[in-house]
Amino acid sequence: MRDDLFELLWEGLRETLYMLVWSSFFAFLLGMLLGITLVATEKGGVLENRPIHKIVSLAINGVRSLPFIILIVLLIPVARWVIGTSLGPTAAVVSLSIGAAPFLGRIVESALKEVASGKVEAAKSFGASPLDILFRVLIPEALPALVRSLTIAVIAITELTAVAGAIGAGGLGSLAIRFGYQRFREDILFATVIVIILLVQVLQWTGDSIVRSINRRRYKPE
Amino acid sequence: MIAISNLSKSYKTASGVFKALNKLDLTIEKGDIYGIIGFSGAGKSTLVRCMNRLEEPDEGTVAIGDTVITELEGKRLREARQKIGMIFQQFNLLDGKTAFQNVAFPLRVAGRDKTFIRKRVTEVLEMVQLSDKAGHYPSQLSGGQKQRVGIARALVNEPDVLLCDEATSALDPQTTYSILELLQSINQQLGLTVVLITHELEVLQHICNNVAVIEQGEIVETGTVDQFFLNPQSDTARRFVNIVERYRQKRKLAVEGVGAGI
Repeated sequence: MRDDLFELLWEGLRETLYMLVWSSFFAFLLGMLLGITLVATEKGGVLENRPIHKIVSLAINGVRSLPFIILIVLLIPVARWVIGTSLGPTAAVVSLSIGAAPFLGRIVESALKEVASGKVEAAKSFGASPLDILFRVLIPEALPALVRSLTIAVIAITELTAVAGAIGAGGLGSLAIRFGYQRFREDILFATVIVIILLVQVLQWTGDSIVRSINRRRYKPE
Repeated sequence: MIAISNLSKSYKTASGVFKALNKLDLTIEKGDIYGIIGFSGAGKSTLVRCMNRLEEPDEGTVAIGDTVITELEGKRLREARQKIGMIFQQFNLLDGKTAFQNVAFPLRVAGRDKTFIRKRVTEVLEMVQLSDKAGHYPSQLSGGQKQRVGIARALVNEPDVLLCDEATSALDPQTTYSILELLQSINQQLGLTVVLITHELEVLQHICNNVAVIEQGEIVETGTVDQFFLNPQSDTARRFVNIVERYRQKRKLAVEGVGAGI
């Protein structure tokens, strides 16, 4: 172990967290938009529109079928156009957000579809509008499932930051490859792995606690 | 009050087209408690869902008072629905909202202000005898209490009509009885028209004045509940009444010891 270890780790962790927070934020916004659009426009949905549903669904499948590392390469021009460079954590946020959004879209879709159709029917019966149904029935009722989905997505994004690290994004993944693999620094490799494991544990625990607290309120015993 | 004419609705199924409603006509008087009875698949649920357009009829008209429901679209349909309350077999309450919030929801959707909502919801919860459960979530309520919340939610907009889709089918006999009593007293207090879809004879017996029998998407018999029991005309009505009669005979024989071993 050399004395630069903690400094390197700290920098890597900071970059990873930076990418994680912003990518999750943008991917969540985009993913909610995609998921809500899918549910609203599907057959029998509150704003049924088959062409839009088809287009969104195909676009999601298209992006999801690309391996992430190829997607990053494809998105290099986009990153350069949005923030002026294709290197570093901020550039990676562009690719990570776009890469993770379709996945989030699908899990938001499945969470919203779990809401019993009778609840939607009841809301319609007393005059709720399509937007009322989406934002005051489906999303609040699906909240525990949505938080669970988001937890899965944030952890998946953690993995992706490491992939992005391999081609110049920085962060813990880049640290493990540049130092651990290319310079034979086993101490850094192992330390990085441990930090990533701890990070994932904390994320899962946080998600679980939020779900528990929502459910405790809704299903508290008398 | 409710005038339905020439109402048809069919579904495409794997085995062809299923006619759920077939040129159906029905008139229900204002202030009545009207039962619509039929076996499973007769079309009674489709009929009640066409009344507030949760299902789209293929043809025909539904009018409630002066409003032709089948002519309305979008916002005007939603406004008309505020005056048609509905309760469901599975209650369909929102799990993430308290009893109070569930009942307040139709008013929030209708854009009422907070003070009005608080006053009105308190009033309606009192009417269904649930004032002490306002802060409870549905998971903390019994089946009967959930249906009371459902009733309060249906009544909060002061509707002219209350549609009940198998509203007591998921409840035990005692709870069924108390819910029916509540519906009856609401009918008397508020004078609103109650339409009950059911396959339970007790529901007819307890509170309905008039009844329509539905069979394969058509009304095959209408009349008073007394007529239905004393002089059933249609096949379905006779089958319903016979089941009760046969059961009564069986018990009688069993009690008298004649029919031992049945």
